[in-house]
Amino acid sequence: MKVAVLRFPGSNCDQDALHALRDSLGVQADYVWHEEPSLAGFDAVFVPGGFSYGDYLRCGAMASQAKVMDGVRELAAKGAPVLGVCNGFQILCEADLLPGALMQNEGQKFICAPVRLEAVNRTSAWTSAVDRVIEIPIAHGEGRYVVDEATLAELKANNQIAFRYLDNPNGSVDSIAGVLNREGNVLGMMPHPERAAFDRLGLTDGLAILKGFQVLVASR
Amino acid sequence: MSATPAEVYTSMGLRESEYHEIVRMLRREPTKTELGMFAVMWSEHCGYKYSRPVLAAFKKYKEAMEGAGLENAGVVDIGDGLGVTMKVESHNHPSAVEPYQGAATGVGGIIRDILTMGARPIACLNSLRFGPINAGADESTVIERNRYLCEHVVAGIAGYGNCVGVPTVAGEVSFHKSYSGNPLVNAMCVGILPLDEVTTAAASGAGNPVLYLGSATGRDGIHGATFASDTLSEDSNANRPNVQIGDPFAEKLLIEATLEALQTGAVVAIQDMGAAGLTCSTIEMAAKGNVGMDVDLDLVPMREADMSGYELLLSESQERMLAVAEKGREEEVLSVFRKWGLKAVVIGHVVDEPVVTVRRHGEVIASVDPRFLADQCPVYTMEAEVPHYHVRAGQFDPSSLPPVSLSIALTTLLASPELSSKRWVYQQYDQQVQTQTSVVAGAADAAVLSPRGTKKGLSAKIDGNSRYTYLHPRRGGRLAVAEAARNVACTGALPVAATDGLNFGSPEQPHVFWQFREAVYGIAEAAEILQTPVISGNVSFYNETARGEVFPTPLVGILGVMDDASARLTMAPTEGAGKVLLVQIPGLHIEHEGLGASSYLALMHDREEGYPVDPDLQGEARLCRFLNEAAKSRLITAAHDVSEGGILFAAAESAITGNIGLSISLEGGKSEAATWFAEVPGQVLVFVPDSSAALQDGSDLASLAQSYELAITETGAYDQSNLLRVESKFGSASWPVEDLRQLYLNSLESALKMG
Repeated sequence: MKVAVLRFPGSNCDQDALHALRDSLGVQADYVWHEEPSLAGFDAVFVPGGFSYGDYLRCGAMASQAKVMDGVRELAAKGAPVLGVCNGFQILCEADLLPGALMQNEGQKFICAPVRLEAVNRTSAWTSAVDRVIEIPIAHGEGRYVVDEATLAELKANNQIAFRYLDNPNGSVDSIAGVLNREGNVLGMMPHPERAAFDRLGLTDGLAILKGFQVLVASR
Repeated sequence: MSATPAEVYTSMGLRESEYHEIVRMLRREPTKTELGMFAVMWSEHCGYKYSRPVLAAFKKYKEAMEGAGLENAGVVDIGDGLGVTMKVESHNHPSAVEPYQGAATGVGGIIRDILTMGARPIACLNSLRFGPINAGADESTVIERNRYLCEHVVAGIAGYGNCVGVPTVAGEVSFHKSYSGNPLVNAMCVGILPLDEVTTAAASGAGNPVLYLGSATGRDGIHGATFASDTLSEDSNANRPNVQIGDPFAEKLLIEATLEALQTGAVVAIQDMGAAGLTCSTIEMAAKGNVGMDVDLDLVPMREADMSGYELLLSESQERMLAVAEKGREEEVLSVFRKWGLKAVVIGHVVDEPVVTVRRHGEVIASVDPRFLADQCPVYTMEAEVPHYHVRAGQFDPSSLPPVSLSIALTTLLASPELSSKRWVYQQYDQQVQTQTSVVAGAADAAVLSPRGTKKGLSAKIDGNSRYTYLHPRRGGRLAVAEAARNVACTGALPVAATDGLNFGSPEQPHVFWQFREAVYGIAEAAEILQTPVISGNVSFYNETARGEVFPTPLVGILGVMDDASARLTMAPTEGAGKVLLVQIPGLHIEHEGLGASSYLALMHDREEGYPVDPDLQGEARLCRFLNEAAKSRLITAAHDVSEGGILFAAAESAITGNIGLSISLEGGKSEAATWFAEVPGQVLVFVPDSSAALQDGSDLASLAQSYELAITETGAYDQSNLLRVESKFGSASWPVEDLRQLYLNSLESALKMG
C-alpha cells in the first residue's frame, strides 16, 4: 500500500508526515503536488498541517479547491483512509469531507503544547487500537472546532467524535479534537499524531492512530 | 557634475569626511543613487565601521581554528558528513516602531541568512528585552507601551516562525527600565547541511546570468540599514515606512525552492537580499568574487511600476534572493522557483572587470567598483572611558543589606516578570514542527534537537545578562559565554561553537564604547578557553532613547553536540526518588558574597550594584566536559545550573518543572541571603536516582568529578512529596511546590494583563 502525502504551497508538516509513515511505521509514502489531477496508484491520503496558501482567505479554503482534491474526494468515496491533521483537518472541513469548521482559538493566541485526549470512538480503524487517554501535541491558532447543534447531535448519534480534549485548550464545541466522517474512513484532528510517532523524541502515542492507514487498507 | 549639497548626504547618514572619501575613490561626484548605495553599505549595520577594530578580537581565534581545519566559513563539522551553521540578528529599531512586523522580519531575515549557506533552517531561538511591565514600575503610559511591544513582538515572531515551518525551540525574555522605548529583539537561527554542499556568495564566471528570485520589490524598508544605525527619537514613528513587511508564506516557498534549486547544481553563488537589498547583494557578491556585474533594474519584478532606480536598489522588501547561475543552465533554476509560485528572472550578468553597473530606463545610474563599498568602509576607533558608575559599583558592601524573609524573597523572585516562567511566550511558538525537537522550551536549560539522518543530538541556547554587563562589562561578556555553554552542557551536550548579538547604545559615547570593547574582549576570552569559536555575529548600536541608552546587552548563542541524542538531560527528574548533588568549581574567588549584580539585590532591594563573580573559565570548560561525560555514561538523569536567583531559585525551578519534591541542605555562608541567592558561576545541581550505583564512595560519578578537578557534594534529595524544603544554619523552610508553580507559571501573563 502507498500513502499520498499532499503538498500545498505552505504545507509545513508534509515532511514530518512522510517520515512518520516511512521511518516509524514502515509504510510506503510519497509526496503529491497540489496540481496533480489524479491520485492513481495511491491507496490512502495524508493531508498534512501547515499554512497552505499562507492561510489567505480562510484556513484551508484555497487548498480545498486545489486540483489534487478531486483525487482525494474520489478515494474517500471509495472508502480509502484519509487523514487530515491541523491545517489538513481544516482543508477536509472546507472540502465538505468532514462536518464543521475550525475557528480562531478562544484565547486568540496560537498554542503549542502537549494535550491529553480521550479516544471517544472506540471502534473505527483509526481509534480502535488507541488507549483511552493519550498525549499528543497541538500547535494551532485556529483550532476551535464549531458545528451546529443538529450536526453535533448527529455526530454523537453516529459515534463520529474521534477525540475530545480532557482540558479544552481552544474553546472547541463539546471539547472536540477530532471527528470522523459517517463511514469512519476519513479522520480530521487538530492534534498532531505525526509529532508523537518517534522514539527519539520520546512521544509515541500518535503511532496507534497512524496505524489506521494499514488497518483500513488491509480491510478493504 | 556640481558638488553634492551637504544636506543630501547627511540626510542619508554619511559624514562629510566620508563624502569626500567617496569623491576621491570615484574621482568624480557620485550620482544620488551611488551616494545612497555608499550610505547603506557604509552604515554601521552593514559596514561595522565602529565595531570592526574591536571585533578583530574574535578573528584571531577564528583563523587559528581555520588553520586547524575545525571551522570553515561559519559551518561547524559535527561529524557524519554534516555541518551546522547558526547566526543571530537584531531587529531592535523596526520592532520599536512596528513590533509585529519588526520582529517577524527579524525572524525572516535570519532564516534567509542560514538558507543562503545552503543549509535547511532547523531551529529558531530568540532573545527579547523590554521595559518594565509591572504596574507602578514607571508612568502608566510607559508601562502600557512596554506591554504592547512585548505582546506584539511575541506575536510577530510566532506569526512568522510558525507559518514558515521552523520550530522556535528556546530563548529568553527579560525586562528592565533601560529598554523602555527601545526593546531588543534578537533572533537566532540554526541550520544543518551536508558539508560538501556549502554554497558560496562569491560571484564568478563572466557571462553567467544574475538571477532575481522570490517576491517582487516594493517601496518598503528603504534605507532600513541606515535607520538601524541611528538613535531612536520622538520622530521615529515617522520612520514606519522604513519598516519592512514580512510574508512568511513567501519565505516558506523560498526555503523549499532554494534548497530544491541548489540540488540542480546549476547555482554558482547565492545570497539573500537582506539589509540594503539589491545594493548589498550585488555589491557583496561581486566584491567577494572580485568581479563585476551588469544589472538592468527594468527587469526586476516590481510591486509598483513607477519605482526609481534609487528605490529599487535600496528597498528592503523581504523574501528575496540573488543568485548567479551557470550560463545556459539558468532555466533549471528559474523553473524550480516558478513551480513554487515565486518570481524568477534574469536581471543581468557577471563581468570580469570589477565594476557593478546598474541601469534604469536605459540609463546608467550607478557604476562603481564593488570593493569600494564592501571592503573600504572607513573604520573609526572611538574613544573609550571608564564610567564613574562602574567604579562606584565596586564599593558595594553586602553586609549593609536589611534581612528579608526567605519566603518573601523566593515568591517575589518566582513571580517577577524577569525570572518567572516564559510559558506565556513559548506556548505561542510552534516548537515541534520538523519533528526533530527532543527537548522543548522550559524543560531543560537549553533546547535539544535530534536531526534526522544522524544519531547525534544538537543543543542550542541564547543567553546574556545585561545587569552583569552594565556593572562589569568584561565579566558580563565572559559570563554570557560561560552561562550559555553551561546551559548547553546541562543537556549533556559539549559546547562547540558560539555566535553573538551585541546590543549597545551609541559607540560615539566614550563610556558606551568602553562597555562594548570590554564585553567583546570578555566574550573572546571565554570563547577561546571554552573552545567555542565565534563563527558569526551581529552588532546593533544606537539603542538609545531620550531617556538614555539601553544596558549593554551582549547575547551569546551556543551550539552543543552530543554523540547520542537519547542521552539528553532535562532540568529535573519527573519520577521516582534520588539524590541531588551540587557540582562546583573549587577555589573560585567570590566577591560581594556572590550578591553583586544579582537578581536578589535588584528585585528585593532595588539596587544595581556590586560586580558579578568572575567565572573560572578553565573550570567552566572542565565542568562542560564533565556534564557531557556524565550524561553519556548515564551517571546522571537531570542537571540544572545555578544562575539568576541563586541556588534556591534553581532548586524551585527543578521542583516545579519535574513536579517533584525537593530538599536542599546547605551549611550556610556569611548570610542567609548569600546562602540561597548568591549567583556563583559554575554551580550545577545534578540528579541521580536512588537505584543508581553512581553515588557510592569512589563511584563513577565522584571519580569523574575528581578527574575534572570539580567538587561534588551530596546536598539534598528528591521524591514525590510535592514539597520544596531547605535548611541551613540560618534555619529551615518549606513550600508546597504547587503554590510555587502557580506563581512561576502564571505571573508573566498576569503582569501583561493587569490594568
